[in-house]
Amino acid sequence: MGDLLPIFFGVIFVNNLVLIQFLGICPFMGVSKKVDTSIGMGMAVTFVMTLAAVITWMIHNWILVPFGIEYLQTVSFILVIASLVQFVEMAVEKISPSLYQSLGVFLPLITTNCAIMGLALLNITNEYSLLESAVHGVGGAIGFTIALLLIAGIREQLELAKMNDLVKGISVAFIVAGVISVAFLGFEGVV
Amino acid sequence: MFVYAIVSLGAIGLFFGLVLAFASQVFYVEKDPKIEAISEFLPAANCGACGYPGCGAFAEAVVKGEAGISDCAPGGNDVASKIADVLGVSAAESTEEYVAEVACMGGREYCDEQFVYHGINDCRAAMMYANGFKACDHGCLGLGTCVEVCNFGAITMGDNGIPIMDPDKCTGCNRCKNICPKNVIRMINKKTKHHVRCNSKDKGKVVKRACKIGCIGCGVCAKNCPEEAITVEENLAYIDSHTCTNCGKCIEKCPRDCITDTLDFKTKALS
Repeated sequence: MGDLLPIFFGVIFVNNLVLIQFLGICPFMGVSKKVDTSIGMGMAVTFVMTLAAVITWMIHNWILVPFGIEYLQTVSFILVIASLVQFVEMAVEKISPSLYQSLGVFLPLITTNCAIMGLALLNITNEYSLLESAVHGVGGAIGFTIALLLIAGIREQLELAKMNDLVKGISVAFIVAGVISVAFLGFEGVV
Repeated sequence: MFVYAIVSLGAIGLFFGLVLAFASQVFYVEKDPKIEAISEFLPAANCGACGYPGCGAFAEAVVKGEAGISDCAPGGNDVASKIADVLGVSAAESTEEYVAEVACMGGREYCDEQFVYHGINDCRAAMMYANGFKACDHGCLGLGTCVEVCNFGAITMGDNGIPIMDPDKCTGCNRCKNICPKNVIRMINKKTKHHVRCNSKDKGKVVKRACKIGCIGCGVCAKNCPEEAITVEENLAYIDSHTCTNCGKCIEKCPRDCITDTLDFKTKALS
């Protein structure tokens, strides 16, 4: 327990995957136009990231390390994440068609979300235990969702603001993302 | 060592493949074969011009009948006729051209304002304050958001605060329709002349209080239409463009003067 809380809150605020470690920028910019879609994306990422953190840990520690083939890390992790996303997509389509509709194209996009791959690799380099990896995964996903919601809320307002065509749209979104990122630097040293 | 790598990675791949194969059986969702057939014709650009998130969603909407067969603007008539083949609809219907129209004539001279708006000059922003400053809850706000998004210069703002559409320049891309927060812009059949230029679904009394020319849903036009092309739904008359013969009886009878027969979409001088 002593280690879990710092890992959990650390990955949400201090080492936020998107804002501090700059992983998963593409969905961060692509899906953050509306609060609704960013919530859906956040939920899907939470599910995949948590499962991916656990399964990649198992594969690394129970298969790759005993056989001494750690160099296959990247390939095997991609395999896990891709099939996990496929599985989630099929399951969601069957269980909740309405959620499947609202997530739309973002579900398959999670496959190429580098935040998930990055988190799986971080679990290994930080030498976390299985439980710590799971907590790290949940926290990372929550941090990702928070970052997405923050910028989506601001971008919804920015849509209406009059501004120069030069900065309108994606450019101002990047500027805002930079400012939020700097703001998150303030959490450094908290945990 | 080399063997381990191949075997273990192969085993992982095989395992996940089997899980996925099993899952695809368990979670199999039956889909209308028409949807797939239509998806094949679509440009697959996922441009969103049809108002749906992507081509897949559009294909589904077409099969359900929610979207028109010619709603795919980039696909044009080719795609429309192919979709018509799949659905078994007559090709004549698929070559119809649709243009945007503002279903509101309540300019400053006819429709009151609830309050003076001093905010951002954008309809979407104005909507945030009590659904806009117009007394009519469904009327055009006239701040020109549609003018800004039109890529073809088909929309100009009239002096009375109602946009004027140019049907010759309009390509039916739906951009103005999708951005209008009041949903007052609709796509109409280019060939049909008669249209109800009102969007108010309020009861007649409420409409009368807010606007001098809004549709009160009295149904006089429906009663007098020889082709029975007019229906009144939610206190608003609607003319079916396929049965309308442009006889003009509804214009004569309408007590509110909200039916017009001009396609240049300029607010006609009311007698």
